[in-house]
Amino acid sequence: MSLLQVEGVGIAFGGIKAVDDVSFAVKPGEIVSVIGPNGAGKTTLFNMISGIYLPGAGRVMLDGQDVTGLAPHRLAERGLSRTFQNLQIFQAMSVLDNAMAGHHLRERSSVLADLLGLPASRRRTRATRASALQLLERVGLTRAAFREASALSYGALKRLEIARALALEPRILLLDEPAAGCNAVETEEIDRLIAEIAAAGTAILLVEHDMKLVMRISGHIVVLDHGVKIAEGDPAKVSRDPKVIAAYLGTDAAAASREEGADADG
Amino acid sequence: MRLSPKLVSLSVLALLALVAPMFFPSGFYYRIGALIFINGLAVTGLVILIGYAGQISLGHAGFAGIGAYACALAPVHLGLPPALAVVLGAALSAGLAWVVGRPILKLQGYYLAVATLGLGILISMVLTNESQWTRGPDGISVPDLGLRGVLADMGWRLTAGQFWYWFSALVLFIGAWLALNLHDSPTGRALRALHGSEVAARTVGVDVARLKLNAFVISAVYASVSGSLLAMMNRFVTPEIAGFMHSVEMVVMAVLGGVGSVLGAIFGAAILTALPQALTMFHEYEKLLLGAVMILVMIFLREGLLPSILRRFRGKEE
Repeated sequence: MSLLQVEGVGIAFGGIKAVDDVSFAVKPGEIVSVIGPNGAGKTTLFNMISGIYLPGAGRVMLDGQDVTGLAPHRLAERGLSRTFQNLQIFQAMSVLDNAMAGHHLRERSSVLADLLGLPASRRRTRATRASALQLLERVGLTRAAFREASALSYGALKRLEIARALALEPRILLLDEPAAGCNAVETEEIDRLIAEIAAAGTAILLVEHDMKLVMRISGHIVVLDHGVKIAEGDPAKVSRDPKVIAAYLGTDAAAASREEGADADG
Repeated sequence: MRLSPKLVSLSVLALLALVAPMFFPSGFYYRIGALIFINGLAVTGLVILIGYAGQISLGHAGFAGIGAYACALAPVHLGLPPALAVVLGAALSAGLAWVVGRPILKLQGYYLAVATLGLGILISMVLTNESQWTRGPDGISVPDLGLRGVLADMGWRLTAGQFWYWFSALVLFIGAWLALNLHDSPTGRALRALHGSEVAARTVGVDVARLKLNAFVISAVYASVSGSLLAMMNRFVTPEIAGFMHSVEMVVMAVLGGVGSVLGAIFGAAILTALPQALTMFHEYEKLLLGAVMILVMIFLREGLLPSILRRFRGKEE
């Protein structure tokens, strides 16, 4: 049975359909990628799945239950976690605090206990701290743990977001362009990290522009163009699909690539 | 191993409170000290609301007014001992904050500032106009807390100024301790997280509306207790305590000193409480100065005085 099932989801902004009738499914431990040209509606689709936008049509099913329109913190309780294309880091907090904030749902602490600094509250903080440090080690940020998050490089912040999302111990993780703006080395690290997370049993839904990364790690690819799903399948199938090539390179793609070849020869 | 910021802040606070009286030229200074601590208490509550959770209130003086008038009225009309009147005022403030905050804090943005602005004005108008209860704008006398008499019976004789200095220092110390506990607790992290990015806080499972409401209620209790202490120290209170200027003063104190840190905000309270006393000849220009200070801090020291100064020192070390 699939873990996440998106059924005919759509949304319109001011009469323009940003996403229209998109369906696909993600199985446990699977890496599924959503690709498409800029403005294809990938992030909008993510925002609907993660409860930030309310879909105008269709359903989102998590574990066979309808979770359409559920608030993000309720989805988090059900094991759905995400990162953001334009970083959403808690800038004024330390790197460690950022990772610790991801443990919120596992802490279940009362305000009064926290105000009084009761032993139970302090114990929770200690446990969270230990777990957060482990997560930072996993994404290679141990040495930056006590620095302010705003002092980190872009690639490091991308990994910090992943660590924070992993702190929820999600069953499905939505990654919105985790390698965007990263150099080759950083991309490779993120590539390895994603593979590890999936191998540990967490399903991954990925939006990514780096085609090499997508083709290498995805088990299944969904292609969007102008808000509509134009193709779906394994990487080999999708990369040969004429509609996908047209969407990415324009309809004269074949001619263009021939010209390029001629240029290279000349 | 670094010393925990909590320990450092509390030690500095205790040390200053203990050492300062050695330099007081006269008994009058105890009163100014007590005023600083009492303002510091309200401002510490604002650190939780503004500094941790990133929500602005422009009506916290209203809660101070509730705390103050609870101490004036409850002992007379309900026969409550003054200490319980403080608790009653805090409970009323918390209840009101909850009722007002609940619908408002479900919305994103600066609705809280607008709503609390209205709430503060409403409370100060009630206190001014319901003169059969509150004696209106002329003010009302407040019964003694009674603790000083108890201490005197135990052989510990203090002047009123000395008593309020030490007592308000103790209350502020407890208030600061609670706020610092909160900072590094699960709730405090969630508050700071929603301050940093509300959308990200929601995706890690933070119930943003509920946590903002918690912060608002807690800070209302701080303001209420601060108002109670002020009324009992002065043995007199007027509706001005709930006025808009007092709300603005609180926010300016917090922001001037550094609203992200408890010690910084108390530092701001100290400066803005002591400065008008030192510059009495500028009394007519007090509001003008307040405005100018606020503008300058926002332009040059956006984090507030204390964090900016500390950062400069740390910057030199590295």
